[in-house]
Amino acid sequence: MRRAGLRTVLFPILDGNPITVQILGICSALAVTTSLATSLTMSAALTFTAVAASFLISLMRNHIASSIRLIVQVTVIASLVIVVDQLLRAYAYGMSQRLSIFVGLIITNCLVLGRAEGFAMRNPPLAAALDGLGNGLGYSLILVVVGTIRELFGTGMLLGFSVLPTVEAGGWFQPLGLMLLAPSAFFIIGFLIWALRTWKPEQAEEPEFRLRTGDQRRRA
Amino acid sequence: MADLNPLSWWRRFLALPNDSSAKTFLVAFLVASVSAVAVAVTAVSLKPRQMENVERARQQRMAEMLASVPGMADILGEVDADTLETRIVDLTAGIYEDDVDPASFVAAAAATDPARSVALSKEQDIAGIGRRPDLAPVHIVRRDEETLLVVLPAYGTGYQSTIRAYLALEGDLNTIAAISIYEQGETPGLGSRITDTEWQAQWAGKKVADEAGEMRIGVVRDASGNAYEVDGITGATRSSLGVSNLVRFWLGADGFGPFLDNLREGRLPR
Repeated sequence: MRRAGLRTVLFPILDGNPITVQILGICSALAVTTSLATSLTMSAALTFTAVAASFLISLMRNHIASSIRLIVQVTVIASLVIVVDQLLRAYAYGMSQRLSIFVGLIITNCLVLGRAEGFAMRNPPLAAALDGLGNGLGYSLILVVVGTIRELFGTGMLLGFSVLPTVEAGGWFQPLGLMLLAPSAFFIIGFLIWALRTWKPEQAEEPEFRLRTGDQRRRA
Repeated sequence: MADLNPLSWWRRFLALPNDSSAKTFLVAFLVASVSAVAVAVTAVSLKPRQMENVERARQQRMAEMLASVPGMADILGEVDADTLETRIVDLTAGIYEDDVDPASFVAAAAATDPARSVALSKEQDIAGIGRRPDLAPVHIVRRDEETLLVVLPAYGTGYQSTIRAYLALEGDLNTIAAISIYEQGETPGLGSRITDTEWQAQWAGKKVADEAGEMRIGVVRDASGNAYEVDGITGATRSSLGVSNLVRFWLGADGFGPFLDNLREGRLPR
């Protein structure tokens, strides 16, 4: 049982990572990763929501009529997200201003709803909470990696501390403006997916279409 | 005899088939109620802390705005901080109302209290605020006898929220020194760009009225770069116009107009 629990947590971190394998939750991964601090806050908010939502929904799973199950799941997730958002506004006002609507948008993050519908509805509460934790951590891992790369090369700083002295401050490092724009996150996530699938080829999907080569065309 | 034990009621409820209408409704109702209570409790209990944060941000914006006016940081630095004097103004008469202590005056409460505000007609209410308070605070920066800066609080409706701003006028009371929007809930990334410093910087130096005394300031599409026009923000027309309208309202006859006239004519005691 303990080993199964550990596997539930560890599997979504690398082998079944929600972002790189399932390609879920990309929107917020692009939007909030301009700095490490926002990435960390967003990760914590999402992980908390995923764990709590999976746990609560799993508790109720045997009593939800299938006709209203999605609405019930969304209600639970939305309430949790509002609570997190309110907490941030009260205790980390500056951060909540920087994250603007993206905390609220956790409601629409397919990752949380996906785990609720795909796992929590069929598994006991503890396993569901662990699954939520694993997926939250998998999401966090990608956000932290992307956030680190973007903040480091975009501003030369990490968590606001200067790491690479920039030209402006008399050092040698010329910040890459592209890193602060959303497309850079696309490139970084793309490279991460490529690297992960090269390392673990079993993650790669079968191509839906194959390009015909020249001699095939001749034969046809 | 009927079973009145709530626990057995609960068990019977759980034992109902999931797809029965009664259970579906009850489950939906319970989930909704519990969620509503959780959200309401958090929102209400955290409200004071959040208001404190908003208030702190407001004061910071005010300080930043004053510092952004060229030369103002030096002036504020060389004289004591209390050169920034706060007075309460009777908006209709345009005179100081010294019976009210500025320190204990709550502008937000005065703005909605029917006894202390007047309803605006549709033609008057260009800023979309419904009622205008009788009293409002002004902040004045003086050096010696000369008025350097008059800071007016202003608010109005944008696209989807109330925009609150500070408006700083230079000593001639016809030139915008700075504008600072400290509270808004416009669409993030579009309307919220009214808080961009580059856009707000466009306002600095604009004249309010021409020689004939007609109010000319405002946001227009493709501003010609004259002394009165500010360029609107692409994709945020309603928010830019909201700022424009609140500036025009609060500088106009129904806002601080009478007070500014009196101040300009020197009809007000110090």
